[in-house]
Amino acid sequence: MTESGEHSLALRHQFDTVEQQRDASTLGMWVFLVTEIMFFGGLFTAYVIYRTLYPTAFEAGSHHLNITLGAINTVVLICSSLTMALAVHGAQLGSRKALIACLLLTILLGSVFLGIKAFEYADKFAHHLVPGPNFQFEGPFSRQVQLFYSIYFGTTGLHALHMIIGIGMLSVLAWQARRGRYSAEYNTPIELVGLYWHFVDIVWIFLFPLLYLLGRH
Amino acid sequence: MSDHIVPKKLYYMIFGALIALTLVTVGASFIDLGPFNNVVALTIAVVKALLVVLFFMHVRYSTRLTKLVVASGFLWLGILIFITLTDYLSRGWLTGVAQ
Repeated sequence: MTESGEHSLALRHQFDTVEQQRDASTLGMWVFLVTEIMFFGGLFTAYVIYRTLYPTAFEAGSHHLNITLGAINTVVLICSSLTMALAVHGAQLGSRKALIACLLLTILLGSVFLGIKAFEYADKFAHHLVPGPNFQFEGPFSRQVQLFYSIYFGTTGLHALHMIIGIGMLSVLAWQARRGRYSAEYNTPIELVGLYWHFVDIVWIFLFPLLYLLGRH
Repeated sequence: MSDHIVPKKLYYMIFGALIALTLVTVGASFIDLGPFNNVVALTIAVVKALLVVLFFMHVRYSTRLTKLVVASGFLWLGILIFITLTDYLSRGWLTGVAQ
């Protein structure tokens, strides 16, 4: 059953060659990722505007973020990008064992990231830094700091949602890989989910300095 | 082509560079460089993103069409931020007319 399934998956009838099929899939995934760039781009633009308008309040707000946890999470996410790249590598070489191990490691690292993020969120709730009726911030810029935290929760929340979706897709891939769906000839879904995972990493590569580091000294 | 198999060693080198750049950007944020703090932080972020896009995401080995789509995506993001800022930053120039 899986053997014949593998064969028909390797080349669909509308494509001339396996390379053409793979390039078309990669291009399609990138078109989707470009819409994602614009999606997060709108949020980044909002950040740039309000940081320009209220630099002092944004610095005051970012001082309450935990730089150590942010840096640890950056390292965790970069590690997960490495294991994702190695998963693709394993799939390309047809090594099912390496593929499954790397996918599971990526899921684990992604979960560690989300765990640390949840801990940070809990801390913000405890200190009344969540925008809304319970928001409290000493000082003259309370409303502008609330704006900073709205952007903080908006961007990191949507980023976390993307990670949760990514972990879901990786779990499906790991399950399918265990059943022998992927081989050296057919591994496009691994490559495409890999692109998505690296994209989510890139979003964090920008979020970390913008939210945690600027105005820190 | 996208079926190009990147050697493991290159992945490890990119990984090392990303970790090193993360440490540099955290370290630099504690030194007062004036306006250059922002420049340093953003430059490092762009370099890290480029490394991920080119090597982890295999764009360096992709077709020209894919490269064009990727580049145009970032170009449009630049247009979005640039034109929005030309509005916000120039509002003070017309005192009495706009806010």
